[in-house]
Amino acid sequence: MAGVAVSTTINGDNYEYLCQPDETLLDVLRDRLGLTGAKEGCGTGDCGACSVILDNRLVCSCLVLGAEAEGRTIETVEGMAQGDQLHTLQQKFLEHAALQCGICTPGFLIAAKDLLAKNPDPSEEEIRFGLAGNLCRCTGYDKIVRAVQDAATVMKGA
Amino acid sequence: MRYIRPLSIEDAVGQLAGAAGPAAILAGGSDLLVRMKGGFVEPDLIVDIKLIDGLSEIRETAEGFSVGATVPCAALRENAPLKKAWPGVVEAASLIGSKQVQGRCTMAGNLCNASPAADSVPALVAAGAQALIVGPGGKRTIPVEAVPTGPGKTSLARGEIVEAILLPKRAARSGDAYLRFIPRTEMDIAVVSAGVNLTLDEQGVVTAARVALGAAAPTVLLVEEAAEALIGRKLDEAALERLATVCAGACRPIDDKRGTIEFRRKVAGVLARRAAITAYERAGGK
Repeated sequence: MAGVAVSTTINGDNYEYLCQPDETLLDVLRDRLGLTGAKEGCGTGDCGACSVILDNRLVCSCLVLGAEAEGRTIETVEGMAQGDQLHTLQQKFLEHAALQCGICTPGFLIAAKDLLAKNPDPSEEEIRFGLAGNLCRCTGYDKIVRAVQDAATVMKGA
Repeated sequence: MRYIRPLSIEDAVGQLAGAAGPAAILAGGSDLLVRMKGGFVEPDLIVDIKLIDGLSEIRETAEGFSVGATVPCAALRENAPLKKAWPGVVEAASLIGSKQVQGRCTMAGNLCNASPAADSVPALVAAGAQALIVGPGGKRTIPVEAVPTGPGKTSLARGEIVEAILLPKRAARSGDAYLRFIPRTEMDIAVVSAGVNLTLDEQGVVTAARVALGAAAPTVLLVEEAAEALIGRKLDEAALERLATVCAGACRPIDDKRGTIEFRRKVAGVLARRAAITAYERAGGK
């Protein structure tokens, strides 16, 4: 089966790859490009562990075909830190112990980044609704919500 | 399997109509990719319609609004004129899935997936929305309620694509609303739902009404008798009581662990009543 040739921008860098027509963007990121931050939890768009930002919209990369990425712009968790400097959200997740096993964390970070970009001063309810597409089976969510609130406060002041 | 991205709707129709094996239209993919993953569909050809000119636009026209087939639901609530004219439609579409799903899912896809529990469909039916369909035989426009014919089944012929959802121009003193029941606060599928669309006269008397119920039958129900219960009245207690009774009686729901028949009937009436009150307030009624 011939592959589909794709040229796309991920975290500001140009990537070119060949993928199968039924291959998901998540599989392309992880298995072809070595970007293993996005995780596969459910594979059906329910858990949010594979969240990425595609042309400024938060999406589940398991529900996007790799072929669809042609000519588009993707942000993944790998693009959040600048060198050794963690993104404020990453730092606050550490400080608030907002992760345990860590599988859901990249998805939460990207979803929270998208949330704060569109709503820099969210209420607790807006954070909880905004992150409802991300499931965590360890933390009980409270620590994640507090980390996002704290990050929002810091980022507003920046 | 082949994946193609035609640049014109005519090309897309031709590719779909001429496909030897099963073919699928890809817009947001939030249903299609899940069904492919589950092995429920195995298309030989995927026609991605997102590069087709105009399909990703919301247009305000002399006749109302045209929402292109590939407009993600997240874009609906970013459109202030649409939200102002059709708040019930926008709130219904905003309830589909998570933030992540909102970035991809479309109203045309929600309609064509033909789930009786599709959130945007009762609101669209109540709104009197039409589906603009293009196919090998040309274009046709049909009421949205004529698209789904049963769970997972539509009246679309081979090669036909819903190009846009058309919402009529708003009359003065009009309002709509959509409510659903789910056992949690978000990210769930309606156990039962109701959409109501009203137009009032200057005295606050209902002059036009459409009431639709979701997850209450194999397809979304347009309950004409429920509309009749409201027309010519001011949404007094007797009219609301009659609305609830008629809606409960119109349901032909399934009986499952998410809701018994009795529960769904009762809640359909309650939701229709509450949605009618909100629609009335949005129309400026007091």
